[in-house]
Order: sequence, then C-alpha cells, then structure tokens
Amino acid sequence: MSVLIFADQSEGHIRKSTYEALSYGAKVAELTGTVAEAIVLGPVLDSLSGLGKYGITKVHHVPDNGLEHMDARCYTAVIAEAVQQTGADTVIFSNNITGKAVAPRLSARLKAGLVAGAVSLPDLAGGFSVRRSVFSGKAYANVSIITPIRIITLNQNAYGIAESAGTAEVLNMTISSPASRLTFKSTSKVSGKVPLTEAEMVISGGRGLKGPEHWGLVEDLADLLGAATACSRAVADAHWRPHHEHVGQTGLAIAPNLYFAIGISGAIQHLAGVNRSKVIVVVNKDPEAPFFKAADYGIVGDAFEVMPKVIEAVRRLKAN
Amino acid sequence: MKILVCISKTPDTTAKIAFTDNNTKFASEGVQWIINPYDEWYALVRAIEMKEKDPTVQIQLVTVGGADADPIIRKALALGGDEAIRVDAEGQDSFFIASQIAGVAADGGFDLILTGKETIDHNGASIGGMVAELLDMDYVSLAVKLDMEQGKAVVTREIEGGEEICEAVLPLVVSCQKGMAEARIPNMRGIMAARSKPLKVVVPVPAASLTSIQSFELPLAKSGVKLISADHPEELVRLLHEEARII
Ligand SMILES: Cc1cc2nc3c(=O)[nH]c(=O)nc-3n(C[C@H](O)[C@H](O)[C@H](O)COP(=O)(O)OP(=O)(O)OC[C@H]3O[C@@H](n4cnc5c(N)ncnc54)[C@H](O)[C@@H]3O)c2cc1C
Ligand SMILES: Nc1ncnc2c1ncn2[C@@H]1O[C@H](COP(=O)(O)O)[C@@H](O)[C@H]1O
Repeated sequence: MSVLIFADQSEGHIRKSTYEALSYGAKVAELTGTVAEAIVLGPVLDSLSGLGKYGITKVHHVPDNGLEHMDARCYTAVIAEAVQQTGADTVIFSNNITGKAVAPRLSARLKAGLVAGAVSLPDLAGGFSVRRSVFSGKAYANVSIITPIRIITLNQNAYGIAESAGTAEVLNMTISSPASRLTFKSTSKVSGKVPLTEAEMVISGGRGLKGPEHWGLVEDLADLLGAATACSRAVADAHWRPHHEHVGQTGLAIAPNLYFAIGISGAIQHLAGVNRSKVIVVVNKDPEAPFFKAADYGIVGDAFEVMPKVIEAVRRLKAN
Repeated sequence: MKILVCISKTPDTTAKIAFTDNNTKFASEGVQWIINPYDEWYALVRAIEMKEKDPTVQIQLVTVGGADADPIIRKALALGGDEAIRVDAEGQDSFFIASQIAGVAADGGFDLILTGKETIDHNGASIGGMVAELLDMDYVSLAVKLDMEQGKAVVTREIEGGEEICEAVLPLVVSCQKGMAEARIPNMRGIMAARSKPLKVVVPVPAASLTSIQSFELPLAKSGVKLISADHPEELVRLLHEEARII
C-alpha cells in the first residue's frame, strides 16, 4: 500500500500545482497509515530528491524522452504500470490540464473510482469519502470511492503547500511507453506570465472599463502584485482581451487567494468561475451590482477615479 | 466520416442550486434544463460545421439519461444532428456513464467522438478520457480547434499557459471548449425536421459504478461585504494587507 502522486512537470520544471498535490498526498498517506511516493515522467531539470520536503519518501522517475509531450494514452499506460509496480492504492493528480486528461483514463483502465476536483482530505469514517466542487463552484458533493484503488484529482489552490525538512530517494523506473500516435506540430506559450489557474492573485476587468485602452489599470496593479490578469466573457467577446483570460462558467474556473474585479457586474455565470476565490474585492460604480453580494471588500465608485489611487497605495506599500 | 457527439442535460446556468431528500438530491423542481453549453456550442456545432463542409459526414448523438432528456436531444437534432440514441439510465457515476457511451460507440464505426470540456453541473471533465480508454482510442482534451486534413485530425489544444497543435489519426476522442465553433440557434426548418429524425432508446449495458454520491452541501454564505469609501481607496489596500493579509 502507498499513495502515488503524479508530479507534473513543464519543460523540466515541477509545477506549483504539483507541490499542492504532493503536500496533499503526503497528508493522505499519513491519514491512511502509509507512505507517499511520487512519479515523474520525462526528462527533468529540477532536483527530484528535493521533493522530500513535501513529505515524499521515494520518487520514481521514468526518464523516457518520448514523454515530453502529454499524450493521455501513453501517460496512462506508464502510470498504470507504475501503480502495479509500487502497489499503490491511492493515486493523486493535480486537477490541471494533464490531470484532467490522464486521471479519467487511468480510472477506466484500473477500474479505480475517481474523484475529480477534490477540495478536501478524505474522510475515512466508514469508507473513503472526498468532497468535490460541483455545479460550477456553487455546491459541493461528498463522494465515496468504493473500489480498492482510488484516484483523486486535487483542485488547484484547494490545499496549502506544506514544506518541512527531508529528502526523497530517487529511483529510475524503466517502463516503456507505447508509441504515441499523436504528432506535435507546434507549441505556443504566453510567456513570462503567471498561468491564470495557478495564480495566487488575479486582477480582472469587465465592460465597465469601457475599452482595451484602459487595461493599464488592470495590468499595473497585476504587475505590482505579481498577479495574473483575467476578464469577463463580455470583454473577451468584444475582443478587448484574449479568450484565454475569460473566467466563468464557460471560461476558466479559478480559485486564487485574491480575486480583484473591476467594472464587472458579477453575473451568475461569471461568479461560477471565481466564487471559490478566498478573498473577493469588487470595484463597481453601481451599488446594486450583484457582485457585491459575493464580495469580501468592495468600493462603490468610478474605477477610473478609484483604481489609480489603489495602485498608488499598493506602490507605496511595496516600497516600504 | 461518422461523428458521435455526446450530449448531456444540465440545469440552466441561472438555475438556483438547492438540494432535497436530506441533501442527497438536486432540487429539480421548476428548473429549466438545457443542453450542456460545451456540448452544444462547441462539440455539436463543430460537428455540424464539418458536415456543412463535407455532406458525407454523419452526426449521431448520444445521451445517457431518462425520458426527461428527450426535449434536450430533440433540440440537438434540430440544431443539426442526424439521429440520436438515448441510453435509458440515470447514472451519477462517470464510469457508469462512460461505459454506456462506449457501449453505443463500440460497434458504430465512429471516426470521431466529441464531448464537451465538462458538464456544468457535475464538472467531472472525465467522460471523454474514460470513453477513450474503454475503446482504446486516442484522446485529445480541451481542444479549441479541430480540422480534418487528409484523413487526419489537426487539433489545437489548451496546455498549461498556452496552446499546442497536434495531428492525430482516427478514430479519436476530443473534448471541446470555447474557440471550436460559434454558437447558433436552431431555426424553424431544423425544429420541424427534428420531429421526424430517429431517436432510438436503448437499454443500458451492464456496468459498474466506482463511486457514489453521499450528500451535497452548499458553501457557507459570505459574511457580507465590507464597503470602503471611494474617497479613501488606500483604506482597501490597508485592509488587504493588515486584515486579510493577502498582499
Ligand atoms: C450560458 C451563459 C454562459 C456565460 N458564461 C460566462 C462566463 O463564463 N464568464 C462571464 O464573465 N460571463 C459569462 N456569461 C455572460 C454574463 O451573463 C454577463 O453578461 C457578463 O459576465 C457581463 O460582463 P461584464 O460584467 O464585464 O459586463 P456588464 O454586465 O456590462 O457589467 C459592467 C459593469 O461595470 C460597471 N461599471 C460601468 N462603468 C463603470 C466605471 N466607470 N467604474 C466602475 N464600474 C463601472 C457597471 O455598473 C456594471 O456592473 C454567460 C452568459 C450565458 C447566458
Ligand atoms: N449523461 C451523459 N450523456 C451523454 N454524454 C455525457 C453525459 N454526461 C457527460 N457527457 C459528456 O461528457 C462530457 C464531460 O462530462 P463530465 O465528465 O461530466 O464533466 C460532457 O460535456 C458531455 O459531452
């Protein structure tokens, strides 16, 4: 028995969401009285023994060069084999793009129950039950897994990273991956920016900002705070901002520590993508804007007057 | 070319979310049901666009659900599906639903199976991957663009912080999201035609459930917004720093 955590990497570097999954997995191992091990696919640059800091005892590394691009079919075959070799009974992924592609396949292959989008540690009283987010963040479901092997994908920003001292033993694992039938043509990354789903702070603008030329108000604050930028669907549809910034029911669902909404009305479909944020700040000139009901802090006022002062105050705070 | 589009029924995006029976069941009374937006706007409409380009394309729809899913599947037929199958079963477990879809697809000779990115009620984002595994097909998730070129599928998919273009051989399962197609509304001709399109109801294949929902919960209500005067926005920054301790 062990808990096996999939340590997702990008261009040789372990992702932030992975540290959450590792910390979570270590805690699950503690609760179930077993050890936490990690599996890493493809060539890596980061030190893998360093994953011990998150409570991992062993890291199984499958350095195969064919695994740089995520192919769900190949990843599943390799991880299924690793589950067998390590005797893991719980497998954990981050509920990120890779986790969403691979965990369901693995679930079907191993006939292992899957809880996708977990937001809590398992409740072991009378079984193995995990709380997950449903109805686009408007409710939770407590789901029990009734199979010997269990798979969980952990929502991003749902579990805090826990670090302590420790080094993991790194073991090379030779598992040959089936040949990929996908041919990768090109990759384009929005460089230098925090990916929206991983960001701890997100500054977002709506139609209240009147036009793309006023996005400096969003970007200046984001730059000062190291935050990512987002927008409402209305803004993306008007082509003021790229579509990948659109959050909500039909865009990205995010759960940062801070969601700062400027000139967004807070329509129910918008809230569906952001209501799991820890602290919500709303700046809107309409006191009746529905967003205020979901907010922790709010300013009723004109964004064009309020925001430059907010930015100035943050600049002063950062300078100290 | 044969395309199978997976259609699910979800509460309207503005529906009030509440539960009954000791928080074990969604309170569906008075709820307006719609086609899951990702299935309709992206998976189905993309299939229709492909058919408009190549009239030999056949679009089959599948849904797993009770008779109350019929209006939804009729609407999907009105938009442009050719025929539909409803597997007559209520399933809450993703593996059970995926097994039903795989059962329908197994001997259908489909080149493409399209799903939405996720359902807006269940939010599993799981069915596509499970179906692909059950049928041993390739799976490209979170696609924003899909085209056929010389018998191969060229798919642009979302990756963490960017996009990637890949070429895949058929048969293939693709989960679809924004970018794939432009939403449209059914016209009168489509609605009339849908009445005579075949909707076959089949019994479920034997399949296990791997999970079970114990209960639902609503998040704790926010304690209420703290309003800060527009004359002193710097007070907001102080509170975020000292009280909320996030900046
Ligand atoms: C099925 C469906 C799915 C949808 N999915 C999404 C989704 O995923 N994401 C999403 O965002 N939307 C979604 N929508 C759209 C949603 O219903 C709203 O139309 C949209 O969120 C509105 O965007 P907005 O708040 O930017 O614009 P508006 O509704 O126009 O609001 C602008 C706000 O700015 C305020 N304002 C104006 N001027 C100023 C100023 N000078 N200073 C401060 N405030 C000002 C106004 O008071 C107003 O509240 C969906 C809709 C449907 C039907
Ligand atoms: N009951 C169902 N019948 C048919 N297709 C479904 C059903 N449930 C989900 N799907 C498909 O699978 C996709 C992902 O669903 P989910 O894994 O529940 O988020 C949806 O967008 C649909 O295309």
